Amino acid sequence: MKLIVCVKQVPDTSGVVAVKEDGTMDRAAMDTITNHDDLAAVEAALQIKDATGCKVVVISMGPPPAEGMLRELLARGADEAVLVSAREFGGSDTYATSQILAAAIKKVGVEDDDVILCGRQAIDGDTAQVGPQIAEKLHVPQISYAADIKVEGKSVTVKRLLEDGYMTLKVQTPCLITCVKELNNPRYMSVGGIMECYQKPLEVYNYETLKDDPLIDVDTIGLKGSPTNVYKSFSPPVKGAGMMMEGADKATVEQLVSILNDKHII
Amino acid sequence: MDFHLSKEQLMIQKMYREFAENEVKPLAQEVDEEERFPEETVKKMAKLGMMGIYFPKEYGGAGADVLSYVMAVEEMSKVCGTTGVIISAHTSLCAAPIFENGTEEQKKYYLPKLCSGEWIGAFGLTEPGAGTDAQGQQTTAVLDEKGENWILNGSKIFITNAGYAHVFIVMAITGVRVDKKGRKSKEISAFIVERDDPGFSVGKHEKKMGIRGSSTCELIFEDCVIPKDRMLGKQGKGFALAMKTLDGGRIGIAAQALGLAEGAIQETIAYTKERVQFGRPIAKQQNTQFELADMHARTEAAKFLVYSAAMKKENHEPYSVDAAMAKLVAAETASDVTRRCVQLFGGYGYTREYPVERMMRDAKITEIYEGTSEVQRMVISGAIMK
Repeated sequence: MKLIVCVKQVPDTSGVVAVKEDGTMDRAAMDTITNHDDLAAVEAALQIKDATGCKVVVISMGPPPAEGMLRELLARGADEAVLVSAREFGGSDTYATSQILAAAIKKVGVEDDDVILCGRQAIDGDTAQVGPQIAEKLHVPQISYAADIKVEGKSVTVKRLLEDGYMTLKVQTPCLITCVKELNNPRYMSVGGIMECYQKPLEVYNYETLKDDPLIDVDTIGLKGSPTNVYKSFSPPVKGAGMMMEGADKATVEQLVSILNDKHII
Repeated sequence: MDFHLSKEQLMIQKMYREFAENEVKPLAQEVDEEERFPEETVKKMAKLGMMGIYFPKEYGGAGADVLSYVMAVEEMSKVCGTTGVIISAHTSLCAAPIFENGTEEQKKYYLPKLCSGEWIGAFGLTEPGAGTDAQGQQTTAVLDEKGENWILNGSKIFITNAGYAHVFIVMAITGVRVDKKGRKSKEISAFIVERDDPGFSVGKHEKKMGIRGSSTCELIFEDCVIPKDRMLGKQGKGFALAMKTLDGGRIGIAAQALGLAEGAIQETIAYTKERVQFGRPIAKQQNTQFELADMHARTEAAKFLVYSAAMKKENHEPYSVDAAMAKLVAAETASDVTRRCVQLFGGYGYTREYPVERMMRDAKITEIYEGTSEVQRMVISGAIMK
């Protein structure tokens, strides 16, 4: 059994979001982090590895500096890493990205008992589309929003976190699961893991590596193959801190009415 | 000369910072207030390889280097001086002397348990009558009639980690030496004592001014019996072993002092940007700016000494004087910087609502333990004025 985890390096949006003049995000001006949901997917994989001894392969599409993030995931305990990186892949939207990642995952090889894990969505685009699209392109079943994963042989039981409750589904491998950050608390890198991470295998897949795959076509990858165009990126206006009031007595209600009145809401 | 950290060291530093911020900082005030040894933190650090950072993997260590160890003490001490010294005493004063002086059997037995954090380590040299005058030891070790066991009698005080440690490196007198001129001196040897050895007990816990979560206790030996093979190093070489061990320990304490100074500066920068007096943040006052500039420059200077001593130890170069200079400068910097940070906080800095008063109390010990600043001056002057 092997677990393939898709991860994305994203800008750290806990600080200020830098925007270029053309309205797109200035990624170079912002710190980068591993996307939270993806980190949960990696942790889920590492927990399965701890229990079963299976192999964990992390895979990311991005510019060359994304290697740093992959090394950190190797330091956490992943066994191998693949960086999918080429000029031809730049500017890809979710449709094009899933084409490329699906081709890359095929190249890594999907066996009968393998599971592909993705984060639910990335904090920069917030689309939640890449995971499900990869599953479609690989013709494997998918379960999204996993808040709990149990693997027994070739069957995987997943508890999905939905807005109004949970849904438990069982699926056969090979399959794709997208994870939410509520799934677990990702472990820290260990000192020993860091000392080993630069000795672990990290392969770079470029355009040449993947070009023979039918999914890789100039019309379906990169900026040209992307139906989506970013119109504008911006930081939303900061909302003031809310105010909490407690109590069901008359005085509290009067206080509330007075505040609403002051703000000309009533 | 290369002042850059390697990519592994940078990643290790990043991990320490995340860990310190998320796991250590939130407990620091409580650990101080309640004088509580943070056992849960030690378990977490152990899991990440932080209790055996620079020892080889074959002995259960993480296989990193001395500087990575020093950075661990530094980063933890930025937020909690207690947590910093737990790693330092465990690593420098217990695991290190076993690694450097132990037999293969001793190393194979003790190091994996120490590096995994299953056992915590401590070191016993100081006695009620033997502080800076460490040769004034009274604790004795005598071979029993069959020559199978050592019998230890005496006591040690101010032993860091003692209440939670399982392994203690202990100095004791094993005989009297007479030199060619007929002068007598004590022959001191080092031993490995385990917590459950018969006749050994941990005594009174000291209530302290700072590093209040650190467990500082007395060790009592009443006909304490330990097997013959627990002698560490050669008989009669214990004093030299203790001094060499303290050379290494001083780099750890220097790192603790460095971290305390850096942590106090970080807190003060954040506070002075928020604290408004006379209609603007006090960070806009030139006094604040110049104070912080001075403190930062001094702390960075201390950092170079600390890191340089660590690199010399890593590269197996003589580092005794470097460690003394690093500890002297870092400790005095920490005391001075934390005191000035409290001043910049004003009245709030004197309250326990903010961490700088704790850092000021924690900093003072770095001028005292593992050799006072005066001892460091003796070491340095002794080397340059030969």
